[in-house]
Amino acid sequence: MQDTVVVQMVNITKHFPGVLANDSVNLILHKGEVLALLGENGAGKSTLMNMLVGLYRPDSGEIYVNGKLAEIHSPQNSMALGIGMIHQEFMLVGNMTVAENIVLGMKGLQLIPPLDEIKAKIRELSTRYSLSVNPDKYIQELSVGEQQRVEILKLLYRGAQILILDEPTAVLTPGESRDLNEIIKKMLAEGKSAIFITHKMDEVMEFSHTVQVLRKGKCINIVPTNTIKKIQDLANMMVGRDVLFTLDRGPYHPTGTKLEVRNLTIKLPGSNRAALENVSFRVNGGEILGIAGVAGNGQQELTEAITGLRRITSGEVLINGKNLTNHPPLDVIKNGVSHIPADRGKMGIVGDMSVGDNLAMKKYRTRELSNHLVIKKNKMRSFADRLIKVFGIKTPTRETCAKFLSGGNIQKTILAREMDNCKGILIAVYPSRGLDVGATETVRQNLIKQRDSGSAVLLVSEELEELQMVADKIAVMFEGQIMGILDVKDATTEALGLMMTGVSRRQA
Amino acid sequence: MRVALEKRNQRSHMMTFLVPVCSLIISLLLGAIVLRASGANPLKAYFAMLRGAFGSRTKFQYTIREAIPLLMCGLAVGIAFKLKFWNIGAEGQYVFGVIGITWVMQFWTWLPKGMMLPVALLMSLVFGAFWGGIPGVLKAQWKIDETLTTLMMNYIATGIAEYLYITRWKAPRGNMGTVDYPSYAWLPSFWGKIHYGVFFAIALVFILYFVMYKTRWGFELNMIGKNPRAAECQGVSIKKNIILAMLLSGAIAGLAGGIEAAAVTHSLTKGVDNGYGFTGIIIAWMGGLNPFGSILVSILMAALKTGSDALKIMKLPAAMGDVLQGLILLPLLAGSIFTDYKLLFIKKQVAVGEAKK
Repeated sequence: MQDTVVVQMVNITKHFPGVLANDSVNLILHKGEVLALLGENGAGKSTLMNMLVGLYRPDSGEIYVNGKLAEIHSPQNSMALGIGMIHQEFMLVGNMTVAENIVLGMKGLQLIPPLDEIKAKIRELSTRYSLSVNPDKYIQELSVGEQQRVEILKLLYRGAQILILDEPTAVLTPGESRDLNEIIKKMLAEGKSAIFITHKMDEVMEFSHTVQVLRKGKCINIVPTNTIKKIQDLANMMVGRDVLFTLDRGPYHPTGTKLEVRNLTIKLPGSNRAALENVSFRVNGGEILGIAGVAGNGQQELTEAITGLRRITSGEVLINGKNLTNHPPLDVIKNGVSHIPADRGKMGIVGDMSVGDNLAMKKYRTRELSNHLVIKKNKMRSFADRLIKVFGIKTPTRETCAKFLSGGNIQKTILAREMDNCKGILIAVYPSRGLDVGATETVRQNLIKQRDSGSAVLLVSEELEELQMVADKIAVMFEGQIMGILDVKDATTEALGLMMTGVSRRQA
Repeated sequence: MRVALEKRNQRSHMMTFLVPVCSLIISLLLGAIVLRASGANPLKAYFAMLRGAFGSRTKFQYTIREAIPLLMCGLAVGIAFKLKFWNIGAEGQYVFGVIGITWVMQFWTWLPKGMMLPVALLMSLVFGAFWGGIPGVLKAQWKIDETLTTLMMNYIATGIAEYLYITRWKAPRGNMGTVDYPSYAWLPSFWGKIHYGVFFAIALVFILYFVMYKTRWGFELNMIGKNPRAAECQGVSIKKNIILAMLLSGAIAGLAGGIEAAAVTHSLTKGVDNGYGFTGIIIAWMGGLNPFGSILVSILMAALKTGSDALKIMKLPAAMGDVLQGLILLPLLAGSIFTDYKLLFIKKQVAVGEAKK
């Protein structure tokens, strides 16, 4: 091979309790190359990279960096070898400045760091790679895209030659993604290399030179990106079967209002801005109402208001005709509302409890799993086993802590719990966010199944395609208001896009 | 060679047992240094302590008697800790329990003789629950930090107790302390120094184990302790449960005070705040918040206390027992890292090979 190999991973194997996360995986990265690691959630991409930066140790296998056998035991080790990783969750301190964050934790730093020198070096790096960031700004003042740039700067400042990016575009707007692409190109031109973890096919095509597909911990294929003809091929390779890009759904038969909100207004404490202003809509049984809009325009507040998690300033929430405005969450649940919350890890599951316990967290109150006082452990076990089977949750055992599951399987656990118990109304907030093709398919199919069985479904999503595919009606939110509600057949991407930027239905 | 830490894939069960045991050994070694520095032979001192704690039937009985309030205080704070509610106010709740029982014993003399003890114990429980409930309500309603409120309320409780036994409730004779409780209402002993309170404590262990691991309420407490936001989403009321848990926590600490007063001190007097509530914190931690685990630990802590009296004979301060108790907590807290992480010993890399092409 004529190119210089910078990283070579040979026969890497890693076990987690009950899971073979990586099974003799080989990886080669050349100088000046972008390698895309493509795979479903839980395919072992992050595990493989975490071993390259010393967060995990492989059970067996070897890692060579620049031709030399490397023992990598910590991120400091890997940084010394010129390898740095940008994780999905940024490792930044909010109330410190950009410059402080960049040098934080560096070895050999003086007691009082020469901030002027540091800032000068940061400015030099920012201009060289067009990473515009003001070193004096505080992290908490920055947008997510800017924070990511700080993370990249942090690695460049430390002299990283090989950058690993874990789903870097998941948090970016389309414009920011384009900027990132430019930045990476500039770095490659200087002889640096990058590994890119992703499950989005279009990104693979856009960013990478080579694709390596992982499935269930095994390397399935390595191909040069420019030889790929159809995205569908990649998708099939990744999932291991044909992926359905269309969904089966029954005819639209609305059966009368199940969920209604009237003139809902929420004022945020300490500000005169309203998070929600005069929001009204109805959802019928047998209907999916999609809520479109850029995140942060009141969707979260809306769903929290309906589920009783947030106080409503004025307006009403009617569930099956019953006024449940400002009732505690338990009342809302008892009246038949299931909720798939926006933040899986923080709101959806209790990570330190078992999968079985998590599955029972709604039903433990019922006669089936407990009497008034005592939990029927045996019933709870068989209940968990049944859901794990029905929803195809991949978990070593039902006793495994939920936090050890992959994102997709955590979401399946939540789906199973909420759907099995759904008594007519389902509120799903970004249910497929961050999930791979396979898991996304499961989520969408289940939403439609729920609708076809007569439930009212409120689906909040950022992806227009998803809404157009799944919903019967689409409402668009902008700055806490509903800009209009469209039938799905009228909801073209252009119309929705216009409304998402604040043009109301009447004006349009 | 280098040493590195690596996160475990699962919490180690062996380590949850080994860490407290090793902490004990390390604290004994550290204690040996202190003993040596004060001019004693550590081995002899430890042996004297061991004999002081378990050397004879009476000494054994003393140790067990001492363990009863310790165990109960450990159980009390353990419930609150399960919710990540840092109740460091068991001391004050214990003192308030003693005030409660003393009130009944002194002034409710119209009660039938047989009813006196049960009613008085019940009152200690109610008083403790009241004192524990206040920080619970403050936290639930206004999010006031519980570490501050529970700690401060210890001093208020002790102050109220002092006021009572020095002025309002003082016995006609002497400078301080109430008159003794009527002897027919004492909690009797059944074997030397060991009184029936031991059955209360053991019963509580079983009851709390059942509550925490088998009931719906225990399931809810577990959820709140591990992820309050998710618990809320599932309709579990955090406010209600914080208050309930603190009422229960305070009630048990108060009952501990009531039992100790009814069986041992028989009055409210100086020394009512003798640190059982604080030692309870160590017991709950070392027992891994498991009620059964707390039994052994409370006996150990009691032994350190009774055993340290023996040090006086060696012209060493009895406070050495407190020193050792404190020394246990340090390695224990430091060692808890091993339940989540494992140590790796890394040999210096020697082989520098060529990458396989």
